Amino acid sequence: MLDQPKRDLADAPATFTGNRGLDAEELLLFEIGRAETSGVDIDEPSPFESCLDGLERKQPIGLPGLSEPETLRHYVRLSRKNYSIDGGLYPLGSCTMKHNPRLNEKMARLEGFADIHPLQPQSTVQGALEAMEQLTHWLLTLTNMEAVALSPKAGAHGEICGLMAIKSAIAARGESETRKTVLVPQSAHGTNPASAALLGFEVRAVPAGPDGVVHAEAVEALVGPDVAAIMLTNPNTCGLFERDVAKIAKLVRDAGGYFYCDGANFNAIAGVARPGDFGVDAMHINLHKTFSTPHGGGGPGAGPVVLSARLAPFAPAPLLIRTGEVLRLKEDAEGTQAFGRITAFHGQMGMFVRALAYMLAHGGDGLAQASRDAVLSANYVRVSLRDLMSSPFGDRKCMHEVLFDDAWLAGTGVSTLDFAKAMIDEGFHPMTIYFPLVAHGAMLIEPTESESKASLDQFIGTLRRLGERALEGDAALFHGAPRYTPRRRLDETQAARKPVLRWSKGAA
Amino acid sequence: MRYHPLTESDREAMRAAVGVADMAELFAEAPGGVYGEFDLPRGKSELDVERHLARLAAKNLSAGRAPFFVGAGAYKHHVPASVDHLIQRSEFLTSYTPYQPEISQGTLQVLFEFQTQVAMLTGMEIANASMYDGSTGCAEAMLMAHRITRRRKALLSGGLHPHYGEVARTVARLAGDEIVTLAPDVLASEDLIAQIDDSLSCVIVQTPDFFGNPRDLRPIADACHRHGALLVAVFTEAVSLGLLMSPGEMGADIVVGEGQSIGNSLNFGGPYVGLFATRHEFLRQMPGRLCGETVDVEGRRGYVLTLSTREQHIRRDKATSNICTNSGLCALAFSIHMTLLGEAGLRRLARVNHANAVALKDMLARLNGVEVLNRSFFNEFTLRVKGDAAELVEKLAARGVLAGVPVSRLLPGAGLDDLLLVASTEMNTNEDRAALVAQLKEAL
Repeated sequence: MLDQPKRDLADAPATFTGNRGLDAEELLLFEIGRAETSGVDIDEPSPFESCLDGLERKQPIGLPGLSEPETLRHYVRLSRKNYSIDGGLYPLGSCTMKHNPRLNEKMARLEGFADIHPLQPQSTVQGALEAMEQLTHWLLTLTNMEAVALSPKAGAHGEICGLMAIKSAIAARGESETRKTVLVPQSAHGTNPASAALLGFEVRAVPAGPDGVVHAEAVEALVGPDVAAIMLTNPNTCGLFERDVAKIAKLVRDAGGYFYCDGANFNAIAGVARPGDFGVDAMHINLHKTFSTPHGGGGPGAGPVVLSARLAPFAPAPLLIRTGEVLRLKEDAEGTQAFGRITAFHGQMGMFVRALAYMLAHGGDGLAQASRDAVLSANYVRVSLRDLMSSPFGDRKCMHEVLFDDAWLAGTGVSTLDFAKAMIDEGFHPMTIYFPLVAHGAMLIEPTESESKASLDQFIGTLRRLGERALEGDAALFHGAPRYTPRRRLDETQAARKPVLRWSKGAA
Repeated sequence: MRYHPLTESDREAMRAAVGVADMAELFAEAPGGVYGEFDLPRGKSELDVERHLARLAAKNLSAGRAPFFVGAGAYKHHVPASVDHLIQRSEFLTSYTPYQPEISQGTLQVLFEFQTQVAMLTGMEIANASMYDGSTGCAEAMLMAHRITRRRKALLSGGLHPHYGEVARTVARLAGDEIVTLAPDVLASEDLIAQIDDSLSCVIVQTPDFFGNPRDLRPIADACHRHGALLVAVFTEAVSLGLLMSPGEMGADIVVGEGQSIGNSLNFGGPYVGLFATRHEFLRQMPGRLCGETVDVEGRRGYVLTLSTREQHIRRDKATSNICTNSGLCALAFSIHMTLLGEAGLRRLARVNHANAVALKDMLARLNGVEVLNRSFFNEFTLRVKGDAAELVEKLAARGVLAGVPVSRLLPGAGLDDLLLVASTEMNTNEDRAALVAQLKEAL
């Protein structure tokens, strides 16, 4: 029950150590480590004649070491200062913070996957290539596309890869000089325009309608012989399905352009609807989102790109080729139209195995169920809070995430940021805030399929109680939040104005 | 499905609350009304998934099961057990990018410590919170040099890892920038300095280079600086920095490298972790995430992601880079392993690597049909063998020895078919070396 606040620590005395029970203060490694200490026992080699041509390091490096128990304590204490999915609901919109099955970790660590070298003879890694082939099959079946480039290392890297394929296809048609514009809706992830600009495209914004989606008419007004591509996220970052998507795809493709779909929100439709059915030419798939390879505090990710028949010939090296019983990676672009190479080696194998384990565990039926549960949970949050919070595009059925804005907080003195920080004190990670930019003070909630109804109800109840406190005028509650965290609000302005990006001797 | 907490009755109650009779109503806007499970198998139990994947894994010959001398940009080293234990803590493994600093101080302090370790190791002033890997970091360094110098032409040494070169050339070609690549330079005899002029934004040189030769960057750095160009130094074997003069000490302006060697498994090529360091003056042109120190409202020291005004989510098409993800967990593994090693351990580890490589070189040099081409090296060197190196490697693999990387695999058609790269780390025993020598003797 959430009727009354449970406890009040206003009179909590300071401690001598600065620790607060389980929350221990932890100095920097450089303040506790010692130059001569090592937590790894290595014997000195027998005397030998060095072959370094006089390029030996003569200056000390400065790196401190810790013994093994000190190392464990340092990192265990640090870990306790982090929020995690395992520890609580993580409703970050467009980030898909779902359960990370430990089976995936176990499988990725099988010696036959973790302990093989990317350049050992291909005859000795046929099982790894088979895993890549199976992943390819799942991705192509789920998307109804022609080919996949597995090697991109993250979503933004996948965007670059897809746009490079598009640029190469345009060059092959001899239209490099004329097709230089990429259309990007204002609600798009910032990576979209950044990726397009990196490749020398000119970015032109596409307005969304008052209902939060891009209308075919808006695209029709912009397409022409100068348009190389449109980059559309579907479902979009407002949590809405772009219902004109097939029409938009046709408009762009008929005008000679390509449709790049940002697949960040694939978790809404995986196993239910296929991007190939609505005219997509290229789409990256964030394996770390939809297929649950963990986020790891900000990576590593993996962003394979599925391609239509029009773009498939331009996929970068390496290419996976089966001849009878034998699989082979063609590692150079020789004799193909491949646009080149975007990373050393073959991509994020560790993530491929995790994603494949996730797919096998779910099956086609389980993936569809995951999408349905994700969408149902987001809509459940929506209808449970719509009387309290405001929606920028009216109360419409959403996909796997629901977008609110800050209009409902007008006059309370409580901002979206304040509201988010108060959620932290209640034990929740905040939703995505101030994104997408098209909503004022955006609050984008993606509960995923991993929450029980009881967990959703507690989350909803907490937001309701907090919202009521804000509307009752208790702004101080929010401005002082968070109070129960290892650190309270941090001065980000100072951090940016006088950047201190490393420890230095004597600086502290 | 074991991963889904909602029960059928929960779903029914939630559908009622939402006001839909069945889920198809919520997907009504998807064109074609596709609503199916497609041609995919049904879900499997945990045991069945394990069986399925273990069967695939068993078809591979793992490094630990063979005398192993494969390198060329990824190296097998021993990773202490506590590293993998710690990175699997829920709070590290299942957290997001630390955008809410009050509940992410663990990840943030780790990144701050990582940045410091990387800066120290490379001999530079600052480092970022990691890149996808060394090769993508290298291309980003080139773009950064273009931004700083306002020139758009890079010169690539013939000793650069061929994949790194291909990644840089792919980016340059599609971004409309110029790039010049020197011919493969097996003996580190190219005259880079003669190629440096006022049109270049940067010169990209790897040390130890792809063929294993440590390079003296000092004269190259001087030449770059005389012509207003930057020196980008690349390394693919981080352990070498425990023994070799750092790129910073030799005058590099940007240092990028592959950090896989410390804390991370081979993983068939990924995930790895790119290290990226530079001078303080170039801070605002640096790509990737940065963690900085600050204080909270009570004046206590804390950490935040900072200078995000360079980044794509704020700057959109004006961003310094499109990168959103870094390689957080691999950076954590790197940092923990480096903490365990400390300076004393890292230096010893590097000496053992070098000693093992010297021992191997001495044994191979005595073989008929084998010529060691390097005058100097760290833990990897190039052999000229009688006949085709790729065929030789296949022959030895069939006999259970993973002998190295034929140069022709990365540089096909370059007329280098008789060259073989051989790496030796602390993992190799006397028995491994003897097995390689015996098998080579028989095969040649």
